[in-house]
Amino acid sequence: MSGSSWPLYEVFVRGKRGLNHVHVGSLHAPDDEMALRNARDLYTRRNEGVSIWVVRASAITASSPDEKDPFFAPSGDKVYRHPTFYDIPEDVPHL
Amino acid sequence: MSNPYDGLADAGEEKHWAFGTGFTAALSDVDRVVPSSVDRDDLVAYCLMLGDDALVYSQRLAEWCSRAPELEEDVALANIALDLLGQARLLLTRAGEVEGAGRDEDALAYLRDERGFRNVRLVEIDCGPGEGGDFAATIARLLVFSAWRLALFQRLTESVDPVLAAVAAKGVKELAYHRDHAAQWTLRLAGGTAYSRERVIAGLARVWPYVDELFTPHPVETRLAAAVDPATLRSEVDGVLDTVFDAAGLERPDVEQIAPVAGKAGRDGVHTEAMGYLLAEMQHVARSMPGALW
Amino acid sequence: MDLEREFERVVAADHRIEPRDWMPEGYRKTLVRQIAQHAHSEIIGMQPEGDWISRAPSLRRKAILLAKVQDEAGHGLYLYAAAETLGADRDDLTARLVEGRQKYSSIFNYPTLTFADVGVIGWLVDGAAICNQVPLCRTSYGPYARAMIRICKEESFHQRQGYELLMTMMRGTRAQRDMVRDAVDRWWWPALMMFGPPDEESANTERSLAWRIKRHTNDELRQRFVDMSVPQAEKLGVTLPDPKLAWNAERGHYDFGEIDWAEFWRVVKGDGPCNAQRVAHRREAHEDGAWVREAAAAYAAMRERAA
Repeated sequence: MSGSSWPLYEVFVRGKRGLNHVHVGSLHAPDDEMALRNARDLYTRRNEGVSIWVVRASAITASSPDEKDPFFAPSGDKVYRHPTFYDIPEDVPHL
Repeated sequence: MSNPYDGLADAGEEKHWAFGTGFTAALSDVDRVVPSSVDRDDLVAYCLMLGDDALVYSQRLAEWCSRAPELEEDVALANIALDLLGQARLLLTRAGEVEGAGRDEDALAYLRDERGFRNVRLVEIDCGPGEGGDFAATIARLLVFSAWRLALFQRLTESVDPVLAAVAAKGVKELAYHRDHAAQWTLRLAGGTAYSRERVIAGLARVWPYVDELFTPHPVETRLAAAVDPATLRSEVDGVLDTVFDAAGLERPDVEQIAPVAGKAGRDGVHTEAMGYLLAEMQHVARSMPGALW
Repeated sequence: MDLEREFERVVAADHRIEPRDWMPEGYRKTLVRQIAQHAHSEIIGMQPEGDWISRAPSLRRKAILLAKVQDEAGHGLYLYAAAETLGADRDDLTARLVEGRQKYSSIFNYPTLTFADVGVIGWLVDGAAICNQVPLCRTSYGPYARAMIRICKEESFHQRQGYELLMTMMRGTRAQRDMVRDAVDRWWWPALMMFGPPDEESANTERSLAWRIKRHTNDELRQRFVDMSVPQAEKLGVTLPDPKLAWNAERGHYDFGEIDWAEFWRVVKGDGPCNAQRVAHRREAHEDGAWVREAAAAYAAMRERAA
């Protein structure tokens, strides 16, 4: 039976134009084409998307928490990249 | 007491998640006046034909719910059944309003007897799950039906009846997806294992006897100005199916067509033995409680 | 040990544990068990209601019910995926379900006998599920919490459609009102049992609370459900089948009668009206589909070789 089990895919949906694709969940499918179709049925059946990516879970390379420091520390100290770093008076509109 | 979900739903998003407010909203801006060139009785009959095709087929597809080969496919088949049910509701509603006798979609779906149903016989036969067929027969029917109905609806978008044209325009997108789903599975079953290939060949043989009927025009279909004559669709549909069969390495089935009964078939209200059981199941709650509100 | 301290710090700070984080083996096992049971419940839960799709007495109700049961397939699928982030495998979990090695919510071992049951399941069973599920949107394991958020959002119509059906039926014929009352009588006590055994008998509650897998005890959630349901029943015009149900001003809650825990354990252990039938149905669907899954996998493998 194990020969027939379908691989796991991760699904990313662009909710509307102008937004990034966001990871919404996973599914199983026999191949890429069916994964795309299953993703449409499953993750956009309430019309929540304009574009879908699917990728085999096994094809994703992820950072591991053990490597956390070298990966994430450098940006952690560049606080100027974060909007809350800037002290703006409350009465300045649209910022 | 407030619904505990309220805190979760983003403000103003209610409509986005809610379901079941009815399908008629989809056509709310369509002119519903029957054009003078269109015969009203024939239009009623034609809306019933196309509506019953969708209703009865939806009833069959929903039988897969909780029985599909994998959860993803359960969701996919339910989507297709829901699309067709939506088409059926629009068409039966149109039939009722043009008829003008006060029958709504439910009166037409639940209170007509078998002879009043005008669907083609292909949609009513049992293709599984269970004794009557299997997933391959189900896919074979979906392939044939959606290829035919998509071709029909593409022409129907030009109908002089604005409601039929609007129903068709909405349905074309749905049917294109159904056809694609069926074609994808036909390729996989035909090219999968020896067993699946055998099953898809058997499945096609199961549904093929009902194919000629799809292209045999009823007098209403030839004389109604708003209708599409199904005989004109044959070569286009054959071409689509042959493309799929070629890609899948399958032959067009060579089986006898099911004869009409005393010259009559589904469009005349003459059905297979399966139809009575299907309607008994579909209608019995509604009929056993006259005057009830649901 | 730094890892364990880091884990505890994250949980205590109400942050989320993510799949590649270190976690205690007991945490992982508890989660896999709970998420799998939850997924199985969604999938088995398709059956009692799904059985009425073909007989739904209006086309609108048919569409709603089909969409609802379809959602349950989707929700089961989201949850299996959450379990898979912990190293579980859907095929293996399905095998455990159909071999009776893993449980699902006992509520689905009761039969649906009339169309009013569809309404009462929406109102009471989904209502109880909401009480259980909303706090899980803040559970400590990230993928589980995210699946629950999606599920809760999508389920926002499930309870409403049930209550709306019942309200409509109560405005209908006398036979319909009797049907609603009969269904409420049959489902009320099993719905209360959905929250699990009383706190003093719940083996895993304390640890699950400490790990913030669970956010409230069984009895707390059950009380919340009773408090929500009583005024809803009044509005509907039905009497809940419990003579001891009464407002307790001192506690600020409704008191209610003793649950038949002997029945609860009997059904949990497999001796409910529909246990065997539900599992057999799922097993049959899974086994009947094996050749289809195999065919698609073989086709994909063949194309990969050709590429």
